[in-house]
Amino acid sequence: MSALELAQQLKARFGDCISEPAEFRAEITVRLSEAERIAEVCQFAKKEMGIDYLVDITSIDNYGTDPRWTIIYHLYGYGHHCHLRLKTDVSEEKSELPTVTGVWRTADWHEREIYDMMGIQFRGHPDLRRILMWEGYPYYPLRKDFPLGGKPSAVPEIAFTQTAPEEGGPFVTIAGGKSSTAREPRVREPASDDVELNARVERRRDMKEVHGHSHGPGPVEKK
Amino acid sequence: MQTKTEIGFNSKVEGDVVHTRLDTAVNWFRKNSLWPMPMGLACCAIELMAAGASRFDIARFGAEVMRFSPRQSDVMIVAGTVTYKMATAVKRIYDQMAEPKWVIAMGACASTGGMYRSYSVLQGVDTILPVDVYVSGCPPRPEALLDALIKLQGKVAKEPFLALQKRVA
Repeated sequence: MSALELAQQLKARFGDCISEPAEFRAEITVRLSEAERIAEVCQFAKKEMGIDYLVDITSIDNYGTDPRWTIIYHLYGYGHHCHLRLKTDVSEEKSELPTVTGVWRTADWHEREIYDMMGIQFRGHPDLRRILMWEGYPYYPLRKDFPLGGKPSAVPEIAFTQTAPEEGGPFVTIAGGKSSTAREPRVREPASDDVELNARVERRRDMKEVHGHSHGPGPVEKK
Repeated sequence: MQTKTEIGFNSKVEGDVVHTRLDTAVNWFRKNSLWPMPMGLACCAIELMAAGASRFDIARFGAEVMRFSPRQSDVMIVAGTVTYKMATAVKRIYDQMAEPKWVIAMGACASTGGMYRSYSVLQGVDTILPVDVYVSGCPPRPEALLDALIKLQGKVAKEPFLALQKRVA
């Protein structure tokens, strides 16, 4: 039982929803085109494919491209020791998909973290509230358009935040700059974080033109 | 011949009597038994534990009694990153400590927010508490913490204890 066989089993059952398994450094990834069916797919994976351990759920903010969110499920089975990665996309207008807490209880906190950091809602979640930040915190911090230093906020009696000083910090590079000169910390203009954000968006666009994928070459699809 | 300005005592001459000022005596008692309230929040707590263990031995300075109750402690050692979420709890515990109380900000995170210039980290515990001694380091060596404790003892020794007491007419 290899990961590739598992992926093919998944594809055989769900047909066109599941992409061809892609391979990168001996890891198999499949994409699910319809995020709404994620619970169904995971239920099948647990019951029929022996994937009894959800390693992690995480999310990517593809700022500048549509669909904005990619949710990634890392699956594993103790019986056959095989890992499988399941990716699915959600657009920003929707920002919602079904929960998989019905399949694996551990998804509870992973999904709460994704909600807290990115603002993606999980329909059917038993207790969807913030887990790292506090109730009433008004922002979603790990979105690409949220500055690292944070924004001021105050929830009386509970917590407050202030912007952390990044000005004059000597060791912060501009992520996404095209060359090392562009990434040089001393080029950084502290007044505008737009410099960094636009640099990143441009880089994503360039990567997509070259590789057809906004994050670089990506996994090779097996024919 | 006594040249010390602290507690002067010559057992041959004075027997069991010590001549000193009240300020000096009280400060001597206080500085040699500073019971820490270890606010060990992150990695610095491990170096705090090391300072409390046998090799570096904070007990030499009378501070081995790490009371986790604020009511029974004198100095709060903020050891570790203070997040905004934790800040209200730290302030509440500081408020519960009885006078006189002091604060040691141990490590880069407690002093200035450290390497975490981010949305979730309080940029220095001195924004919510009055800090007496800052210790730099990430984490500071146990010896650096003991040095801070010695500096704090020096500060306690100079406190004008009587002048600070409230007078009832």
